[in-house]
Amino acid sequence: MSNGAPMPTIAGFSGVAWRKIGLAALIIVAVGLPFMVSDYRTFQFNLVLIWAIGILGLNLLTGFSGQISLGHGAFYAIGAYTSAILMYQWQVPYYVTPPIAGVVCLAVGFLFGYPAGRLAGHYLALATFALAVAVPQILKYDPLEPWTGGVQGIFLDRPEPPFWLPINTDQWLYYFSLVITVILFVAAWNLLRGRSGLAIRAIRDQQIAAKAMGVDTTFYKSLIFGVSALYTGVAGSLSATVIQFVAPDSFTFLDSIRFFIGMVVGGLGSIAGAIYGGIFIVFMPNIAEEISKAAPGVIYGIILIGFMYIWPLGVAGFVRAVCARLVRGLMGSGGGEPGGAKEGTERQVPGGFTS
Amino acid sequence: MNTKRLTWLVAAALGLSLAGQGAWADGKYDVGADDEIIRIGNTNPYSGPASSYGTIGKAISAFFDMINDQGGINGRKIDFVSLDDGYSPPKTVEQVRKLVEQEQVLFLFQTLGTPTNSAIHKYVNARKVPHLFVATGATKWGQPDEFPWSMGWQPTYTTEGKIYARYILDNIPDAKIGILFQNDDYGKDYVLGIKQGLGDKAEEMIVAELPYEVTDPTIDSQIVSLRSSGANVFYNVSIPKFAAQAIRKAYDIGWKPVHFLNSVSASVKTVLEPAGFEKAVGVLSSIYIKDPTDPQWADSPDYQAWAKWMDEYYPRGDKGDTFNGYAYAVSQTLKHVLEQCGDDLTRANVMKVASSINGLEVPMMLPGITITTGADDFYPVEQMQMVRFDGETWQEFGEILSAD
Amino acid sequence: MDLFVQQFVGGLATGGIYASLALALVMIHRATELINFAQGEMAMFSTYIAWTLINVGMPYWAAFFLTIIVSFAVGVLVERVVIRPVEKAPLLTIIVVFIGLLLTFNSLAGWIWTYTIKPFSSPFPDRPFGLFADITVRMHDAGAILVTLLVLILVYLFFRFTPLGLAMRGAALNPESSRLVGIRVGWMLALGWGLAAAIGSVAGMMVAPITFLDPNMMAFVLLYAFAGALLGGINSPGGAVVGGFMVGVLENMAGTYVPFIGNELKLTLALLLIIAVVIFRPSGLFGKPVVVRV
Repeated sequence: MSNGAPMPTIAGFSGVAWRKIGLAALIIVAVGLPFMVSDYRTFQFNLVLIWAIGILGLNLLTGFSGQISLGHGAFYAIGAYTSAILMYQWQVPYYVTPPIAGVVCLAVGFLFGYPAGRLAGHYLALATFALAVAVPQILKYDPLEPWTGGVQGIFLDRPEPPFWLPINTDQWLYYFSLVITVILFVAAWNLLRGRSGLAIRAIRDQQIAAKAMGVDTTFYKSLIFGVSALYTGVAGSLSATVIQFVAPDSFTFLDSIRFFIGMVVGGLGSIAGAIYGGIFIVFMPNIAEEISKAAPGVIYGIILIGFMYIWPLGVAGFVRAVCARLVRGLMGSGGGEPGGAKEGTERQVPGGFTS
Repeated sequence: MNTKRLTWLVAAALGLSLAGQGAWADGKYDVGADDEIIRIGNTNPYSGPASSYGTIGKAISAFFDMINDQGGINGRKIDFVSLDDGYSPPKTVEQVRKLVEQEQVLFLFQTLGTPTNSAIHKYVNARKVPHLFVATGATKWGQPDEFPWSMGWQPTYTTEGKIYARYILDNIPDAKIGILFQNDDYGKDYVLGIKQGLGDKAEEMIVAELPYEVTDPTIDSQIVSLRSSGANVFYNVSIPKFAAQAIRKAYDIGWKPVHFLNSVSASVKTVLEPAGFEKAVGVLSSIYIKDPTDPQWADSPDYQAWAKWMDEYYPRGDKGDTFNGYAYAVSQTLKHVLEQCGDDLTRANVMKVASSINGLEVPMMLPGITITTGADDFYPVEQMQMVRFDGETWQEFGEILSAD
Repeated sequence: MDLFVQQFVGGLATGGIYASLALALVMIHRATELINFAQGEMAMFSTYIAWTLINVGMPYWAAFFLTIIVSFAVGVLVERVVIRPVEKAPLLTIIVVFIGLLLTFNSLAGWIWTYTIKPFSSPFPDRPFGLFADITVRMHDAGAILVTLLVLILVYLFFRFTPLGLAMRGAALNPESSRLVGIRVGWMLALGWGLAAAIGSVAGMMVAPITFLDPNMMAFVLLYAFAGALLGGINSPGGAVVGGFMVGVLENMAGTYVPFIGNELKLTLALLLIIAVVIFRPSGLFGKPVVVRV
């Protein structure tokens, strides 16, 4: 768009304007949702938001900085327990706990990312998986029981909406999560557009060259680990509030696998992809169960493989391709590329992992 | 009277009775029940590491298939809706909310697992949904004051632990106890039970307490350590797979303690046979369900009815698996409760009937073990029978015991 | 001292389980540069096939070898049908396909054979095998270790001395050049999958008599095998086997001797130690460093 020619338009609106309209429409739908569906569905969509935040966290790490993690369930658990312990032991109100949980996870993530940054590929996968396996064990660890509640877990009280709002708890908690989701998504978008974002993507694409150009790769890799953990930790914190119960059995290594699946199915390296991933993780197992009571795992596995065949770049990749084709068709040839900055589009680098 | 008037009279009478039907004058219902149907909700782990329990949900489903084929209960069919929660508490919350709010079940039955049931404990009580005969032996399900809508069924793990403790105190005064336990609610509850039963002797008697995780491939290492702790009593709190491994390993390394096996794994076919019959001789346990492989029950009418039901309605299920006997017995209990409810199928009445059972005996439970509940007794089954394995089958000894 | 030796020997026995599956992982990695997360579930599925054959009356060794052949075929089939369409996809997409395979095999086994545990026969007699002093080991445990070593030798010979093995290594390391010299790269990949599945089936049949057969039998064995393979060097079959043994021993030692943490966190401890090693020797103890060109 730098050649001085007039901006291409569809029906009088530029590509950028259309994207803003799309975003506005999405927000209107998201805000109106609790009034259009039952409480149970509102609760489910709340879970979608929570998973989306967690998946975005993982995406920041893997999609944007190229570090694979099979252990994000650990940060989810730490965030949830941080919230639960704060609420249970010190009666900290639930709306204060997410930032605290985020900070705790930021620290843990950074500290873990520091040595882990020296690993790559399968080794990093193993190290992060070790984290996923370790955290539930630590949660059950006897000496920590007075804090963590041990295997019995911690029961939390159901939050009440503010008395001056004519909505029920499910709707209130949904909006609470929604606000946090929007804040975190915008923050991620900003982070990736800035200098840090550039550095991070450089590390993913060509780490050695980036280092040669003066990027402090160790620091950035640890930083992005921390930020990624922060996001997933906040997701965990929200989950504690919404479910009102935490126990070691709530946080198994399967959660780490789910975050991973959600990220890839949603779309690697795409902020919007996190939402698609969240929808998949929450609803697909139920759909698989409806299809086959006897062996839902088989159906789920087949659907998963099918998704990867049809949309190897995730749903976000597919959506992007469709939009691009639509736009090109509507504008005729010679139209500009709708950059997709809102989604933080980057070239889908195949991992860039070394072993 | 003339024909016209007669016709009017008959028509009016018919009309009144039909109107009565439409208004359900003969049944009181809450959501989930009507003249035709009673809808029951359940969650079970059909996927994930705890899937071996999933056979219980399948067996219950098969039981209600049979009931429905036989005409239902009081003329109503049972719609048993069972959802997979993968033994994950957040998933249980989601599925139970679906059952209550979307499927609109009348009540929940035999939801499985301690952490999973814990996650929904407050919810179901706040919503006043009967949470009946939960499939776990934790002690917390018998608190009618605080949680009037939740009720357990099986003897609690602490009850069983206390039974073993009493046996040890009475018969093995110089006991040195080594414990293998699953590192979760179920395991820890059992350990608590035996400690409570031993009282102040617990500290000196228990010489080793070793946990294992469900994800461990073997527990051989724990058994070796237990032997070297000098224990002469072995309290084995593990699920079938690991219980079998433990029995076999203990024998193989020449460790011959007095072996208490928890009732969850007290199954000849699925535990003792894989371990090796000759290796399991002398193992003690306490049970309340008939072991389907026990020849002494082979001719009893309730076993034969059970076997016939398994063949017809649950052929994929294992006829040697005690879980399937358990499922049958608890389903029979519910059948009794629903029959007693008659046409008053409100949630309050279901709860009321469930908490007024008096000395009920159901098929596939050991003779002499009865089910009793009351307004302040939410522990239906409290009795167990101690048994010893003789190399072929369980031999009962002693009286039927209860917790206190 | 007695306890130490018994735990050490026990660690070797469980380590043998990990080592045997680690060999399958090495095979698949040699052939495809990928780690197949579904390898454990495929091995479990093969073991169920063997169980079914034995259950209908086939003698053990006939069932054993037939299972190996069937598993080989299934491995080849999976590669051609399931993996081929996504060969060119991004790495993480392929990993999700592996996860999908894992879930499918696991759930399928549970559906067909139920989740009740089943005993699985061992070709070795059920007698303790006295080593020395008081230390005994089951004949099967010792036998399984021998079988693992035998498979290791076969794998080593295959890659070192046969033209097919060379072709497979070439196809994995440099597909383009391999095609130029006439190697059918596609079939090499399929062969690799087939061999890995066959090795996995042997692993499964050796593991099942120890842990009993159930659909979740291999779930965590895979993790240990993976750790062992990385510890020893993912490119070295011998290294992976040694790594597997080390993981088994490490875990037992951690469980028995580390105070406080001991049994509750022994898996964590074992993994931490492995990671520590790998940080200092990034290609594992016996692996060769991989050079990355910028």
